[in-house]
Amino acid sequence: MGFRPIANTRSATGIMTAKLAIWWLIASEIVIFGGLLASYLMHRLAHPEWGYYAEHTNVYAGSLNTFILLTSSLFAVLAHHAAQQGDGKKAARNLLITCGFGLGFLVVKSLEWSSEISHGYTITANTFWSFYYTAAGIHGAHVIIGMACMLWVANTARQGKELHRVENVGLYWHFVDLVWIFLFPLLYIAK
Amino acid sequence: MSEAVKIDGAHGHDDHHHHEPTFLEKWIFPLDHKFIGMQYLFTGMFMALFGGFFVYAFRMQLAFPGMSVPGYGTVSPAEYNMLITNHGSVMIFWVAMPVLIAAFGNFLIPLMIGADDMVFPKLNRLSFQLFLTSVLILMASWFVEGGGFGGAWTSYPPLSADSNYSMTPLGSSLWLTAVAVEFAAFLVGGINFITTAMNSRAPGMKAQDVPMTVWMICLASILFMASVGPLIAGAIMLFFDQMVGTGFFDPRRGGDPILWQHLFWFFGHPEVYVVLLPACGFVADVITVFARKKLFGYQTILYTAIGTGSLSFFVWAHHQFIAGIDPRMANIFTVTTVLISIPIAEMMFLFIATLYGGSIRFTVPMLWALAFIAEFLIGGVTGIYLGASGMDIYFHDTYFVIAHFHYTFFPIAFIGTFTALTFWFPKMFGRMMNETLGKVHFWGTVIPLNTIFIPLFFLGAAGQHRRIYNYNHFPDLSTPDLQNLRIMATMSLLVLLAFQAVFLFNFFYSMIAGEKASANPWKSNTLEWTTSSPPPHGNWHPDDMPKVYRGPYEYSVPGREDDYWPQNEPA
Amino acid sequence: MAEHAEAQDGHDDHGHDEHHDVSFYYKTYAVLLVLLVVSILGPEVGEATGLKIITLITAFGIAVVKAGIVIRNFMHLHTEKTFVHYFLITSLAFMALFFFAVAPDVMKHEGTRWENKAAKAWIQKVEAEYAAGGGDHHGADAAGDHGEKTEGDAHGEAAEHH
Repeated sequence: MGFRPIANTRSATGIMTAKLAIWWLIASEIVIFGGLLASYLMHRLAHPEWGYYAEHTNVYAGSLNTFILLTSSLFAVLAHHAAQQGDGKKAARNLLITCGFGLGFLVVKSLEWSSEISHGYTITANTFWSFYYTAAGIHGAHVIIGMACMLWVANTARQGKELHRVENVGLYWHFVDLVWIFLFPLLYIAK
Repeated sequence: MSEAVKIDGAHGHDDHHHHEPTFLEKWIFPLDHKFIGMQYLFTGMFMALFGGFFVYAFRMQLAFPGMSVPGYGTVSPAEYNMLITNHGSVMIFWVAMPVLIAAFGNFLIPLMIGADDMVFPKLNRLSFQLFLTSVLILMASWFVEGGGFGGAWTSYPPLSADSNYSMTPLGSSLWLTAVAVEFAAFLVGGINFITTAMNSRAPGMKAQDVPMTVWMICLASILFMASVGPLIAGAIMLFFDQMVGTGFFDPRRGGDPILWQHLFWFFGHPEVYVVLLPACGFVADVITVFARKKLFGYQTILYTAIGTGSLSFFVWAHHQFIAGIDPRMANIFTVTTVLISIPIAEMMFLFIATLYGGSIRFTVPMLWALAFIAEFLIGGVTGIYLGASGMDIYFHDTYFVIAHFHYTFFPIAFIGTFTALTFWFPKMFGRMMNETLGKVHFWGTVIPLNTIFIPLFFLGAAGQHRRIYNYNHFPDLSTPDLQNLRIMATMSLLVLLAFQAVFLFNFFYSMIAGEKASANPWKSNTLEWTTSSPPPHGNWHPDDMPKVYRGPYEYSVPGREDDYWPQNEPA
Repeated sequence: MAEHAEAQDGHDDHGHDEHHDVSFYYKTYAVLLVLLVVSILGPEVGEATGLKIITLITAFGIAVVKAGIVIRNFMHLHTEKTFVHYFLITSLAFMALFFFAVAPDVMKHEGTRWENKAAKAWIQKVEAEYAAGGGDHHGADAAGDHGEKTEGDAHGEAAEHH
């Protein structure tokens, strides 16, 4: 830490470098999730019988997780607000709360998946379930990565340093939330 | 908007490494973009040795079927498939991309825009580490039980998904993982390049003062980023099919193998423009220097590049004309495919217009740049035959396709690389390459290039299908005439490979004992030539970062004594 | 929670475009929660009445609205430079392109001279199982039994699809 090239401090576009990079990252993630979800959607529309399979998804778990992620997004933006006001400690606290909700999301998901797997709805059960676990799994991986980044940013913000990173990691987290907002109806709402 | 805005009040130079990097910091964990660029360059060159060795082995098999290949042994059918698969994969993913984009992009972008490094040096290092990991995974795939993956670089399921068909249970998954990790490396690297190019320009450098190399690499990174997503999703799905037993691409399980084809080619087609654009950028920068002439139509070239890149998203199904797609869909893709030849041809014409009336010096980099234009045009024109769905019914999967794409890929990956390498070698290593050896290498490469691939056009037209290890099984294709063409191609390949030794000698010898290079031996305008050869850490002194006053191609400006006008010279 | 105390911190003395105090974010959150509830109950209503359109609007339409709110109020995309909008929308546009170009190819199970018998057989089989046995279908036996070829040349039929 501490090695910041002059290049990093310039801003010919008027947007801060790190924020610009996060927007590009989001653009690339849109295409990754988009490809996966487009593939899923094509199959889902062509296979009406997948509605039967989807009935076995746990709408309560899905709804709870949607609630958890929306709440986590709230705390992420509160962290950003605190950072804007220069309050690194509060920003860090809010980021930790966001992380906590992320952890909650993962816990609910693991319980949900263990239950489904024990009932025989494994990833190889049929292609609907393959998509289900793959899409939610990739999303979950992004949740984990997001949490790790938030912890790292929170640690620095706590010391009042690099507060602009709070917004950037928040943007990533909101994107992860956005993906879930679409995953939820796509995977859980049957028929 | 072009003003450099200091963010955060952080004074970069205060945070700079003032100490000399330790051995570990310099060689194993570098942060300097120039060094990371070198890492990519040498890794890419190293992988080219493998790509070249593989083609040597399988072309010997084709010319002399069944005979033991010196230095390899006999090529079995399974090994043949492994060789062609890995030749293609290595050359595209582990040679063309790292050298054209990562190596030159890393080395040149900060220098050409007047920055001291990439905006995220640590991310830069991470992207190389990811890339190196992908190299190791790929190489591991060649040595595991069952051998390396042999399902072609396009990896169509069910062959690639089911190890009962591919017979390479471990090799397939390792190959796929290597590709996926390589994609991740380039996504990360691409974000770094784009952000740097957009944000870190020198004060006074407007968008149209940016050299073509930077623009093209930036556009290529955007193109890559926008197209690779679905394939990453597809690769994960294929991986699960291979390792976990899902049925994403298995029609018996509700999946569809055609989906893979679409996912692959949605990326696969823009990918060729991802590698093409940087090569065009190098050519633009080289021909202006050695014709001492302004680039003809800077903005137009940009528009053709953007147009080509955008259109490239609408042509992918021309790889699937006979895969069973709806013929009406094929019609649409024929139209778009033929259309895309327009902007790219226009770019070539603009290069020719740049040369017209110039004061041309036939230095080695210039020879390579000219060869690029000529050879790529041949490749591009032959693509039009393939783009017409009617003709493609015959030509698909024949050697005509191979000849077409090598006539485009070879100029991109090798002629483009040699253009850039011979041009920027003095800046990279502080010494000049030997011109005579350079010219010997040039002719020894370009002439065999043609004698390898022209026979392949004829073989393709005669009906020779791809990916067959021994044409003796096909009486119509194993006539002496056709076999002679195969032998001619293989012999030419041997000549071409032999002449690369000249290059390797020139490259390494000049690095150590070449004539010392001044800061600006070619009398070029762009910013990288305003600092020493090689540039110091940080490229310029922090208090002496360049400011830009004009575009990069002000050559032979009337009324000036010098025939060039560096960008950073005040008016 | 503990953050409620901050809701009183009304003043925001930065020259930012995002001139919000914290209550703005709480209000947004409340709206999102309401939308969430509607998007869960809606499909139930849709199922009960058999009107698929209700399910679609409440599940997906609201997802789009929620997304818009998150993008605007949490990510503040509307205050970003315009070109950021452009490249994000371009990403989405490419995904739409991918979907609409590939779907006609992948979604069809028959054409003028071919038929995807494997896919059709699967769909029929599952419909029959659910029509006859109803409800609880053990996931495990949906797999595996398609290891052998149905009708002798499902593999051939699937290959025809190429």
